[in-house]
Amino acid sequence: MKQITYSELKGNSGAFYTLAAILAVFMLSALACAFYMEHHGHHVTGMSNQIVWGTPHVFAIFLIVAASGALNVASIGSVFGKPLYKPLGRLSGLLAIALLVGGLVVLVLDLGRPDRLIVAMTHYNFKSIFAWNIFLYVGFMLIVAVYLWLQMERRMNRHAKKAGLVAFVWRLVLTTGTGSIFGFLVAREAYDSAIMAPLFVAMSFSFGLAVYILILLAAYRGSERDIGDTVIRKLSRLLGVFVAAVLYFTAVQHLASLYAAEHIGVERFILMDGGIYTLLFWLGQVVVGGILPMILVFRPPTAGSSRNAVLASILVIVGGFAQVYVIVIGGQAYPLDLFPGMEVSSSFQDGMISGYAPSLPEIGLGLGGVALAGLIVLFGLKLLRFLPVSLANAAIDPHHK
Amino acid sequence: MRLCRTCTGLLALMLIGVSALTGVVSAGESDIAGNALLPVIPPGAGDTCVEDTAFMRRNHMELLKHQRDETLLKGVRSEQYSLKECLSCHAVYGPDAIAVTVANPAHFCRSCHDYAAVSIDCFQCHASRPEVE
Amino acid sequence: MSDKSGFDPKRRSFLGAMAAAAGVTLAPGVILYGISRSSPATAKAAGAEASSAVRWGMLIDLGRCDNGCDDCVSACAEENGLRGFGRPETDAQWIRKVEIKNPQTGNSKSLPVMCQHCEDPPCVDVCPTGASFKRADGIVLVNKHTCIGCRYCMMACPYKARSFVHEALEDQKPHAPRGKGTVESCTLCVHRIDDNRQPACVEACSDTGGGAMLFGDLNDPDSEISRRVAKYASQQIRADLGLNPGIRYRNL
Repeated sequence: MKQITYSELKGNSGAFYTLAAILAVFMLSALACAFYMEHHGHHVTGMSNQIVWGTPHVFAIFLIVAASGALNVASIGSVFGKPLYKPLGRLSGLLAIALLVGGLVVLVLDLGRPDRLIVAMTHYNFKSIFAWNIFLYVGFMLIVAVYLWLQMERRMNRHAKKAGLVAFVWRLVLTTGTGSIFGFLVAREAYDSAIMAPLFVAMSFSFGLAVYILILLAAYRGSERDIGDTVIRKLSRLLGVFVAAVLYFTAVQHLASLYAAEHIGVERFILMDGGIYTLLFWLGQVVVGGILPMILVFRPPTAGSSRNAVLASILVIVGGFAQVYVIVIGGQAYPLDLFPGMEVSSSFQDGMISGYAPSLPEIGLGLGGVALAGLIVLFGLKLLRFLPVSLANAAIDPHHK
Repeated sequence: MRLCRTCTGLLALMLIGVSALTGVVSAGESDIAGNALLPVIPPGAGDTCVEDTAFMRRNHMELLKHQRDETLLKGVRSEQYSLKECLSCHAVYGPDAIAVTVANPAHFCRSCHDYAAVSIDCFQCHASRPEVE
Repeated sequence: MSDKSGFDPKRRSFLGAMAAAAGVTLAPGVILYGISRSSPATAKAAGAEASSAVRWGMLIDLGRCDNGCDDCVSACAEENGLRGFGRPETDAQWIRKVEIKNPQTGNSKSLPVMCQHCEDPPCVDVCPTGASFKRADGIVLVNKHTCIGCRYCMMACPYKARSFVHEALEDQKPHAPRGKGTVESCTLCVHRIDDNRQPACVEACSDTGGGAMLFGDLNDPDSEISRRVAKYASQQIRADLGLNPGIRYRNL
């Protein structure tokens, strides 16, 4: 195993500070959006008594799911012992923490009473998967911090494998918990299914790796470091495998649901009649987020180039947002079935598909979470040694001649 | 070093002045219309409060926090546990003989809380005055 | 066969027997009506705790619930200070009339739907802070001191019973605190129950509506509601979920 040298981002380029400034602007506007929502009440958003969780939750869930998946690369290095992935482990840990913080900030700022965060941290109902998730998220950040330290402190490197195993198991439990937030809801036909947990685990693998690839390539291009096609090809193919896994679990979820006559209504809604949700499902999730990236990474002439890796990652992320939007909002748009078989109407929007349009404060808040994650990564890379000096084939590949 | 006579005089004057001020301040606590620096707290109606004034000043928050759980979680609603009772005795009436809400600085809770700069969370949900008929 | 002088003992005894029969037929109805309008069987002292010996519930007779009547809804809004803001999608509703129509038979009904006060409430299970809770006597409430406004309970409720307060409120009713950023739902007029009165919707229905709603203690075998649910078939909405709601419907 060749000795890898890591270094922080050097120099004082204008591009770095411009990027930081742009991210800071997004973050500040998110704070303004959050204040506006909290001050006037949620009636200024698109969320209602029918669509209870909206665009902020789409962003937050995407970020949290991607966070646990971003740690995968480090896990493959530490837990599964693949030498090629070991140099990639530090960035993986940083990204995991950054994405999780971004997601949690969006979630907390959207609460009806964000001033009661202390109450949330001190009063727990352990029957609630939500309460468990709070523990899992905070614990994840601590464990990854320890894991990073063990990786970065050379004298402690021999312990990194154990920490990596703990982190790996913890993130599987965390993502299962996130999926179970939906999977445990017996009331909603679109959610009530055990498959939500493994679906979310597969999604985390896919989204996390896509974000990782983008950040890795951006950082190397931005700091003018070498990155060889071995790393790119391996990561791209892995992304293709994860995308296939997501398609598989999605297919199983819908096929199993279609088989039950009682779920025909919600399945027809998502797959056929749902307007925007149907479009996002087929075009966004399946084609853009599934089939196109797989073609890009598996067809021999295109695999291995950084341009295709970037394109595939962007497509996966776009498809991922579409998927989370369909799950979170599409699942709520379909009405609750209080009286099976009957036509229902009321003054409280019973029995009708609920309308929803993302509002500006919600989008602003969501983008701020992304910006915060970006800022954490940016400053992490600048201050500490997360990035190998070179990922050229000669530098990392033990079999390279 | 022994102080000169002028310095001794000045020192004595300062000490007397400080103790006088302290006396005025501590007298002002019990004098409702007293020192303009201190809050003017309107007296409550009726004869006695749940506990004596000194106890209430120190511990009203604990009482509120404890008793709200007794009422909400267990359904105990005797007078001592009722925020409505607190507000009906401590209602401050405006010129139109209608009790003021917490939006008005003359409200009983605000008379001290504004001074102490402690924000009140209760009235986001609770009515801050007895029901206006 | 009668005597021509006018007096017929058989006729008199017949009339007497008819009067007695009429009295015996009507009396139970009068008594039952009187009982249904009286306060709940178990009186509660002001300083006493709610007890699990009691389980409050309601029986709603849809045979008497009129399609066009919404006295229960107006009474609830009046009692609890629910002021609409002209935004039906975000305005709170604790009780609503739902019209259901069977597409195969064309039969239609309307019924009031509010928080069903389940025995095993999913909203209580999912609340991260424990703000959504069930009181000892079966009433499901939101502890707004602890509610952080995450709305997970709203996702979990199969009856769409809960509303979120989307705007700042003023001049709430002192007996019904409610505020921006917290979740709320029908409290079964807990402030009235603790005062040995009936929920506002039940009272309005008996006073001016169809007399369809009956409130009482399901754990007390002698209460009117227990006797009626034992005698007449009644259903719960989505009984298949196994939540055992305290609100039961007749002629659903």
